[in-house]
Amino acid sequence: MSDKPQVSARPEWFAIDANAPHLIGTRCEKSGTFHFPPEYTMSRAPGFADSELTEVALSTTGTLWSYTNAGYAPPEPYIAITDPFEPFAIAAVELADEQMVVLGQVVAGVNAEDLRVGMTMELTSEPLFEDDDAIHMIWKWKPAADQPQAAGADA
Amino acid sequence: MSSRETEVAVLGVGMTEWGKWGRPFVEYGVAAIREAIADAGIDYSDIQFVAGAATVRNGYPGYVAGATFAQAMGWTGLPISTSYAACASGTQAIDSARAHILSGMCDVALVVGADTTPKGFLAPSKGERGDDPDWLRFRLLGATNPTYFGLYARRRMDLYGATEADFAQVKVKNSKMGALNPRARYKKEFTEADVMNSPVVADPLRLLQICATSDGGAAMVLCSKDYAEKKGITNAVKVRGISTTTPTFPNQIIEMPNFATDSAAGVALVGPSFRDSIATAAYVEADLGPDDMDLAEVYDLSSALELDWYENLGLCKEGEAEKMLRDGDTSMGGRIPVNASGGLGAFGEAVPAQAIAQVCELTWQLRGQAGDRQVEGAKAGVTVNQGLFGHGSSVVCVR
Repeated sequence: MSDKPQVSARPEWFAIDANAPHLIGTRCEKSGTFHFPPEYTMSRAPGFADSELTEVALSTTGTLWSYTNAGYAPPEPYIAITDPFEPFAIAAVELADEQMVVLGQVVAGVNAEDLRVGMTMELTSEPLFEDDDAIHMIWKWKPAADQPQAAGADA
Repeated sequence: MSSRETEVAVLGVGMTEWGKWGRPFVEYGVAAIREAIADAGIDYSDIQFVAGAATVRNGYPGYVAGATFAQAMGWTGLPISTSYAACASGTQAIDSARAHILSGMCDVALVVGADTTPKGFLAPSKGERGDDPDWLRFRLLGATNPTYFGLYARRRMDLYGATEADFAQVKVKNSKMGALNPRARYKKEFTEADVMNSPVVADPLRLLQICATSDGGAAMVLCSKDYAEKKGITNAVKVRGISTTTPTFPNQIIEMPNFATDSAAGVALVGPSFRDSIATAAYVEADLGPDDMDLAEVYDLSSALELDWYENLGLCKEGEAEKMLRDGDTSMGGRIPVNASGGLGAFGEAVPAQAIAQVCELTWQLRGQAGDRQVEGAKAGVTVNQGLFGHGSSVVCVR
C-alpha cells in the first residue's frame, strides 16, 4: 500500500479512528431507536418527532443476517480497486444492540463459501479506492475469531 | 371501504412483445395503447384521462410520461397524471386512473408505461451525487440490484434448506410458460443444467436466475362499471383491489437501495412485515383472500425471490415455499400457477411497464384468452411487485 494518508470514504457515516473504526449513527432519545445513515432532522420512529437525536458510535459486532458476492464488476460509480476485477463478498449484519441490519463489503480473502447465517462478524476498515491525494477507507465486515457453536443452526 | 366501491372495469389491454431493440420508448407505449384501445372497442377520442408511468432513464420525456403519450397520440387537451414509484410505477398509474373513475371525474381512462433499457446492470444516474443513496450504494458498497437478491436467496438456503436446484427449477418452470407466450422476450425452455452452467452473478444466483433489463410497453383502458354496461359489456374483468402500501416502522428487511434496515431497538413492529402487507392490503380491499386466487403474477427479479413471494402472498407458510414448488403447486395445472406469463424471467424488466403487464396477463387469463398458457377456469388473480425506496404494489382482479 502507498504511503498516502488514509481518509474515510464517507466521513459523515464512518470514522476511521486508528484503533476503533466505527459507523456513525444517531439515537432517538425518547424511543430508543437508531438511525444509520445518521438522521439529524427528525426521528423516523412514528410519534417521536420532538425527540432529540444524539450522534453515537454504532456497535462494531453483530450477527450475519445474510451474505452474497459481486461476481462481476459493479457499474459506475463503483471504482474497482483491482485490475482485473476480483469478486468480493458482501454481508448484511444485524447489530445486536441497535437491532438493525447494516450492509458492508467483506474483507478481501473471505468469500461467500466461508460464510454462514448466524456467524459473529466484526467491523474493520480496508481501502475502497485510491486517488492522487489519499487512500479512501471504507468499513468492512470480517468473521470474528470466536464463533458461536454451530453458527446458523438457530439463526 | 367495501369491495363494491373499489371496482373498475378493464375494457381493453395491450402489450408489445418485449425485447432489446433500442427504439425510443414512446414507440412501445404507442403500440401498446393502440392495441388496448382496439381491444376496448373504442376510439382514442373516447379517452378522458391518461395516466402514465414514468421512467427516469430516458431523460426529460420519460419524467413526464403522461404528457409524452398524450402528445404522441395527438393532443386532445386531456388531463393527465405521471407516476414514478420505480418498479411499482405502473400500479400507481392504475391507481391514479381508478381514483379518477371512482370519484366520478372521468368514465374512461388510459394507463400506459413503456421503457427502453440500457445493457447490463441497472445503474444510478450519472454525476457526483453524494446525497443520493442509490448512487452511494454503488460507490461505497458496489451493491447492485442482484446483491440484494443474493442476500435474500442465501438466507432462504441457510434458514429453510432451499437448494440451488430449487432456484433453478423456478427458472425452468417459468421458461416453460414463457415459451408459450408470444409477447415474452425469452421463448426458450431452459433446463436445470442450463441454469447451473451459467456464471454466478451474486452468490448463489446465476445469470439465468436474474431477470434481464428489457424494452417493452403495456397499456390498459379502464372504465366505470356504468360505462362498461352502456357499452353492453356485462362480464368485464374488474380491478377489485389495489395496494400501493409502504412499510410500517421498523422495516426489518434490507431493501434496495438502502445501507441498513430500520432499528427495532425501542420500537417493535406491530402487524405484518412490509412484504406481507403488500398483497394483504389488496386482498382486504377486494374482500378476498389467498385461497380465492386461481393464479398469481409475482415479481421474480430473481428465481429465488419468487419463493419469498409465495409466502408473502399467503399461498403457504413461511419456510414452505420450496415444498410448494417441488410439489408442482405453482406450475401449470397446479393448485395456483405462479407466473403463467413466464414472469420477469421470460420478459425482463421494463420498469414503468411491468406492473401494468402483470395486470394485462390477469386480464387475458380471466377472459380465457391466454392460449396455450391458459389457467383453466381462472376467476380471480393477484399481482405483486415492489419498487425501490419502499413502494408496495399489488392488484387483485376478478371476473
